[in-house]
Amino acid sequence: MTVSVRIPTILRTYTQDQSQVDADGATLAAVIDSLESSFPGIKSRVVDEQGALRRFVNIYVAEEDVRFSNGLDTPTPEGTQISIIPAVAGG
Amino acid sequence: MSPTAPQAVVDSTAAASSPREGAFGPARSLVCRECGTQRELGPFYACHECFGPLEIGYDFGTVTREQIEAGPHSIWRYRDLLPVPADIATIPNTDPGFTRLVKADTLARELGLRSLWVKDDSGNPTHSFKDRVVAVALAAARELGFTVLACPSTGNLANAVAAAAARAGMRGVVMIPDDLEQAKILASAVYGGSLVAVRGNYDDVNKLASEIAGEETDWAFVNVNVRPYYAEGSKTLGFEVAEQLGWRLPEQVVIPVASGSQLTKVDKSFGELATLGLVEETPYKIFGAQATGCSPVSAAFKDGHDVVRPVKPDTIAKSLAIGNPADGPYVLDVTRRTGGAVEDVSEDEIRDGITLLARTEGIFAETAGGVTVATLKKLLENGQLDPDAETVVFNTGDGLKTLDAISGRVGPTATIDATFDAFVAAGIA
Repeated sequence: MTVSVRIPTILRTYTQDQSQVDADGATLAAVIDSLESSFPGIKSRVVDEQGALRRFVNIYVAEEDVRFSNGLDTPTPEGTQISIIPAVAGG
Repeated sequence: MSPTAPQAVVDSTAAASSPREGAFGPARSLVCRECGTQRELGPFYACHECFGPLEIGYDFGTVTREQIEAGPHSIWRYRDLLPVPADIATIPNTDPGFTRLVKADTLARELGLRSLWVKDDSGNPTHSFKDRVVAVALAAARELGFTVLACPSTGNLANAVAAAAARAGMRGVVMIPDDLEQAKILASAVYGGSLVAVRGNYDDVNKLASEIAGEETDWAFVNVNVRPYYAEGSKTLGFEVAEQLGWRLPEQVVIPVASGSQLTKVDKSFGELATLGLVEETPYKIFGAQATGCSPVSAAFKDGHDVVRPVKPDTIAKSLAIGNPADGPYVLDVTRRTGGAVEDVSEDEIRDGITLLARTEGIFAETAGGVTVATLKKLLENGQLDPDAETVVFNTGDGLKTLDAISGRVGPTATIDATFDAFVAAGIA
């Protein structure tokens, strides 16, 4: 399944400055693996050594914070919009 | 850290021009609060290694009480402790700060406290503490060459950004949840600029702003891409409290928690004052206050967790309605380290807090102030606050912005005809 991933500025050095890229996968975890194969190094910026979402990274699947759904197991249907966003904004 | 980390990271949020010499006063670098990685001063807010928040690193020169006391009656008297240029007071801005510290003897007596002060930040230009942080963010935005001043906001920040942009002659763009109090909407729109009401809660607005900040390279979102500078403005609350107490630290402080930035920066300010020898290093406890309807930090504190689990906010305290607080983990660190706590209060307790402060001290707080006063009361009742220790409670906004919270609770004592007999009959005398 192909999804669209919005990339924050902080990670665009991995994506050749592209702000939006395509990836494949039926779950968020699979999508992140797909990103890693296209843009090596990006996965470790988003996921820690234990395979969990990093503390200061928010990921939204179809506008919903995955911490409110199934985390990295959140399904990513065909055409889903995903956003990766640094968590340290706001207030 | 990954070995594939880039050697040089160029954020496309960077505005065009290079800052002038001395643009950031004593500030020297940006430092990741999580992993300690340093980078140059610029429009960056998240660590390129671990996504952790960036903070300002300083090289303070000698700063004396006399120097500060000779400064203007605004936050700029502390310019040598902020990331702003030496000439900051001469550049058009809203000149916030130096608000009153009110000795709250009546409220203290009613609650059974020996000594209580209210730091009343409703006296700022747009009637909330947000003028402080925006003034510092505006200074950074100018020095970094941004042309638009923007923010996602729960209301008070929108007011402050809209006013500061107008004063600075910049375009302002403020983004708010569409269900905000009418007073906060109008008190933003009146300054001109763009006001965008977003169908969603604050966390939705914040997400959208973060996405926009990555695309609009001329926009300084005060609490996103210039957040390290912005956040430093909250230190001035702590500086002022210490100076107004006669250059000493209070023993206990109760501070509202939305993102948690203010609480952590007050802690930082006390530490800097002590390090620089401006106050004696005396112990203090910092307490956080939340509305139960949006209490992710309080819940984590009570559960003994280090991680703050996001919630969907549902409270009348809209200015504190941040379900995914960026500085939540650091609030836990500060309150635990100092021996404080984080507590939360119900909607009725918030309303009671507003009327209690108004009735006893003549200070009309917005809902966030109601949260803080109600939390003060609750912490005393449950024994977490020492009634014999000198305590400061923060009122961060004006009650005129959140009139709905008390409508139906207060109103005319009587409605009478314009005759003396009617007055007597009403039993007012």
